[in-house]
Amino acid sequence: MTNILSIKNVSKVYHTPKGEIVATKNISLDIEDGDFVAIVGPSGCGKSTLLSILNGQEKASSGTINYHNKTIGYMLQEDALFDWLNVLDNCLIGLKIKGKLDSDSKEYVLNLLNKYGLKDFIYSYPRNLSGGMRQRVALIRSLAIKPDILLMDEPFSALDFQSRLNISNDVYSILKAEHKTLVIVTHDISEAVTLCNKVVILSKRPSYIKKVYDINFDQNTLPSERRNTPLFNEYYQLIWKEIDYE
Amino acid sequence: MSKEHQLYLKKRKTKKILIYLGQIIIFIIFIILWQLLTDMKVVDAFIVSSPKKIVDTIVGLYQSHNLFIHIGTTIYETIISFIISMLIGIVFASLLWSSQTLAKVMEPYLTILNSLPKVALGPIILIWFGTTTTSIIIMAILISSIVLTINIYNGFINIDENKIKLVKSFTKSKIKLYYYLVFPSNIPTIISNLKICISMSLIGIIMGEFLVSKKGIGYLIMYGSQVFNLDLVMSGIILLCIVATTLYYLVYYIEKKYEKTTH
Repeated sequence: MTNILSIKNVSKVYHTPKGEIVATKNISLDIEDGDFVAIVGPSGCGKSTLLSILNGQEKASSGTINYHNKTIGYMLQEDALFDWLNVLDNCLIGLKIKGKLDSDSKEYVLNLLNKYGLKDFIYSYPRNLSGGMRQRVALIRSLAIKPDILLMDEPFSALDFQSRLNISNDVYSILKAEHKTLVIVTHDISEAVTLCNKVVILSKRPSYIKKVYDINFDQNTLPSERRNTPLFNEYYQLIWKEIDYE
Repeated sequence: MSKEHQLYLKKRKTKKILIYLGQIIIFIIFIILWQLLTDMKVVDAFIVSSPKKIVDTIVGLYQSHNLFIHIGTTIYETIISFIISMLIGIVFASLLWSSQTLAKVMEPYLTILNSLPKVALGPIILIWFGTTTTSIIIMAILISSIVLTINIYNGFINIDENKIKLVKSFTKSKIKLYYYLVFPSNIPTIISNLKICISMSLIGIIMGEFLVSKKGIGYLIMYGSQVFNLDLVMSGIILLCIVATTLYYLVYYIEKKYEKTTH
């Protein structure tokens, strides 16, 4: 496997009138092509900060990130769909903003919408969609710009448990089928274990990488199926004990 | 359709008709009482006028070809100041949004201007711009544009943080952020402010006409009160009610039309 994202000694310091807050300290991580990596840790440890840095929205105070010329897509805590645009226009927004909308890219998006159960909702407005469907639209919006690596920041935290299970399955299948690499920040250990092949545990703030677990499930099983295996419980216990809850 | 549902629909319809009837009956009773009380000399028609006299006055204005000149002047001035105020509100709100520092610098001035009763500036505006239509329109613009700037700016800065993050993940350009997110997501804010703007503009125009003009509904009311022609004053108020309601519903219609396009 080849490295497609290399993080070296990344630290982030926030400046407030009261002083400095060190959010993350010397984080180094290599992510390989096709990896599904989960970043877990206690709340407020700087997981989302790390993702914002990878996404280029925030600057690291020190350290380097090598993207190996790969492109990044981003999916956030809430679906953040624009309620004044229909499903198709929502999915095309990234392409429009980047000035990359052409007939090929539009065709690609329409294909994704057809493939992932949104065929009949292309011209619907977000308010008429269920929570799970909205997440799928948000995912397709992220995929529209054809990123090699998809970053997700607690993408399902606003959903109920049943929808979370379903969308986990959807995301897993879609990203595998589209051959993407995933970096997901989550506070939900079971989500991390069932969705990813690597779980990175961050310490409490100032956070550093405490441990990285390789998760080895049968590649042909879906996240929801993995929850019923003894292996799942093993991983869950291991990781749960490792996280610094206060 | 089930019987229960038919009954429900019938009940709904009856209630609607009752409400309309109630509204109309209050109006009719008010007019009849007014006329009766003045006919029976319980109240002095010279002071409170009467429906008949008001109709006569309005017909008189129409026959002397003055009615539509006055109404037209007020509507024209209101619409001009409405459009300019909206443009000023949107442009200034956008400028304030574009720079947090500028917004902070301007904050105290906007607060002062907003809390100042703009009518106090009337005499200054008259001296600067003369007793012209321009003065009237400037007064109306002053009244409505500051509130609009503040309201629209508040809409601009209160955008869902997640949506901003999303757009920023696609671009670093502030202009694109404005074009794709800030402005379109605030169209409902802008449209709901159209209503405020039209009422404020009308207030400003009438105030301006009180102070300066030679024509317009405000002039009719002011002139009427100066010569103790209460019929003219009341006619002016009635005309103003009609103009204000018409303009309000015009904006309301635009709002509904917009809502339909996004459903």
